[in-house]
Amino acid sequence: MLEQIKEKLQLEKPLTREDALWLLTEADLLALGKLADNMRRRMHPDRCVSFVVDRNVNYTNVCTSKCKFCAFYRDEIHPDAYVLSYTQIFGKVQGLVDSGGTQLLMQGGLHPDLKLDWFEDLFRQLRHRFPTVQIHSLSPAEIVHIAKLSGTSMAACLARLHRAGLQSLPGGGAEILVDKVRQKISPDKIGWQEWAAVMREAHKLGMPTTATMMFGVRERLEDIVEHLFRIRELQEERGGFTAFIPWSYQPGNTELGGEQASGVEYLKVLALSRLILDNVANIQASWVTQGARMAQIALYFGANDLGGTMLEENVVAAAGVDFRMSREEIIDLADDAGFVPARRSTGYEVLETY
Amino acid sequence: MINLFNNIRAKIKSGTRISDAEALALFECDDLLAVGELAALANWRTNGVKVFFNVNRHINYTNICINRCTFCAFSREHEGEDGGYTLALNDILMRAAEAVAAGATEIHMVGGLHPDLPFDFYLEILAAIKADSPKLHIKAFTAVEIDYFASLTGQSPVEVVTALKAAGLDSMPGGGAEIFAHEVRRQICPEKISGERWLEVTEQVHLTGLKTNATMLFGHVETYADRVDHLARLRQLQDRTGGFQAFIPLAFQPDNTRVPGAKGVGGVDALKTLAVSRIYLDNFLHIKAYWVMLGLKVSQVSLAFGVNDIDGTVIEEQIGHDAGADSPQQLSKEQLVALIRKAGKLPVERDTLYQELRVY
Repeated sequence: MLEQIKEKLQLEKPLTREDALWLLTEADLLALGKLADNMRRRMHPDRCVSFVVDRNVNYTNVCTSKCKFCAFYRDEIHPDAYVLSYTQIFGKVQGLVDSGGTQLLMQGGLHPDLKLDWFEDLFRQLRHRFPTVQIHSLSPAEIVHIAKLSGTSMAACLARLHRAGLQSLPGGGAEILVDKVRQKISPDKIGWQEWAAVMREAHKLGMPTTATMMFGVRERLEDIVEHLFRIRELQEERGGFTAFIPWSYQPGNTELGGEQASGVEYLKVLALSRLILDNVANIQASWVTQGARMAQIALYFGANDLGGTMLEENVVAAAGVDFRMSREEIIDLADDAGFVPARRSTGYEVLETY
Repeated sequence: MINLFNNIRAKIKSGTRISDAEALALFECDDLLAVGELAALANWRTNGVKVFFNVNRHINYTNICINRCTFCAFSREHEGEDGGYTLALNDILMRAAEAVAAGATEIHMVGGLHPDLPFDFYLEILAAIKADSPKLHIKAFTAVEIDYFASLTGQSPVEVVTALKAAGLDSMPGGGAEIFAHEVRRQICPEKISGERWLEVTEQVHLTGLKTNATMLFGHVETYADRVDHLARLRQLQDRTGGFQAFIPLAFQPDNTRVPGAKGVGGVDALKTLAVSRIYLDNFLHIKAYWVMLGLKVSQVSLAFGVNDIDGTVIEEQIGHDAGADSPQQLSKEQLVALIRKAGKLPVERDTLYQELRVY
């Protein structure tokens, strides 16, 4: 079976769901890793490992979705509940600019009162004040929520946000793109097809997006495979996904609890992602959830990107997992592993190599 | 590069050992998975699908030390210094008893070189633990401590070890080896015994019939060549005595230490070092990942890179954690078994001498 899969990959033929499931269940870690490493070398022959200097600003932790796997959300009346003011947000983005940052990844809970105009105003002002910062913000769940709250269609909402300055969408809220799983872990969140619809619409508007997967949350292996193929099929439509980021659920301080996926499981899922998503240019290693050592190892299991320096990160940190990496550490990490570190833009253009 | 891998693969398959130059080339190459594959092959031939672990407890009887090794965050100069301590015999006995109650088969006991404790103190500890728990295996004192006891008593290392054995010592851990090369030791642990002396004491210990482990502290100021030299000297000694059980590369932890410019060990270097050790040390049965310093995820992944031994259910480990090791303080047997299984390996609980106690 491994030989057949190897042959398909050599001939650049797409793998099937059966192939994917076999790799996940039967393939030896190194054998799977080698296939993914070969694909990474083929797709990125310059041996660059890229990263972006960014900041994750979470404008509010008040959320009506209350996903069971989330340690970040708070009820509106909770003492820790907050909504950032524009001034606070501008302050944070100024901090980003002062560090030479180029990307604002702004996400938040589904707030019951923040309507479309709050975001339009914010984005207009951000574009005006910080023209060098790309607004890579709002996951599909937020887009759908804002549209509903504001009485507009999802498409109209997205178009207005785009006109106001939203340039690309992060791939969050994907979790596992299988409704049976979503019903168990986040019953009040949008289903997988709504997530896909938002991405489709964004790509139509010329907004690139990323896609993610949060696994290790009691899904079946078949669900992981299905998720990957759904992204692949969506990518065939317009090619709007710039990157894919798989990462493992972190159980601390959540309703769902449990254990996080092991290191071997993370690398297998990462490697499989590289192989199945042959139509997505970049695969990101998640140092935020796995730590620096595993992220570096991941560069040999299919990953070619280290994500953002994340001058600020609050969501995963709420689960008690707070790995931090400076720009210098990310550069060293890539360099020590034998790669060329490259600072990039949100759109994956190389800005500077080291 | 392909030639290098093919040549080494052929050597592994025919049971021929690799040269120092080949080991160096493996360290210098950037194909992590190819190195891993070779290590997995070497390990498969020796250990198959088995991964060993034991239930043990670490007891660090004192952190007062006359040496001031720059890589160490554990040592204190005297009891008055913040955090300085020496355990009373009762405290040690209590910890040993708790360990036995928790199913431990081994006590791993090491400490600083205390300026005032008499040799009798160590004999007393051993005898008292053995009196309480006769079946508990006591793995204690590095070659550095044995040399220290020898200078305290004016006896030879053989006489010291003979006395310790009579009192209850069953085997020795591999610490204090660091990197054997003079130039490196001069920088990181100038007061410590030399690499030659560590090897000399260890050889004498082996000749009394006692088994020991061996370690290598890497990721500070040493070069790849220094690592190969270190491995070479261990391989040579093992050829002579056969007294080493496991080799444990220890990833240097920089926090709270005084090694300038040393950043610590990345994931790729950790795996590569474990893998190269497996391939090169063809006369060592076991290559061990010390999860306290490497972290659980990297240790588990290393099982695919030639490692066949994961160090124990360690309770209250201090040395690695004082230096900033980012791992839990202890791991349950169930968690370890699950970790090994998820790596596709067969968990085997062992005693200190690698007798199989239970296959999971």
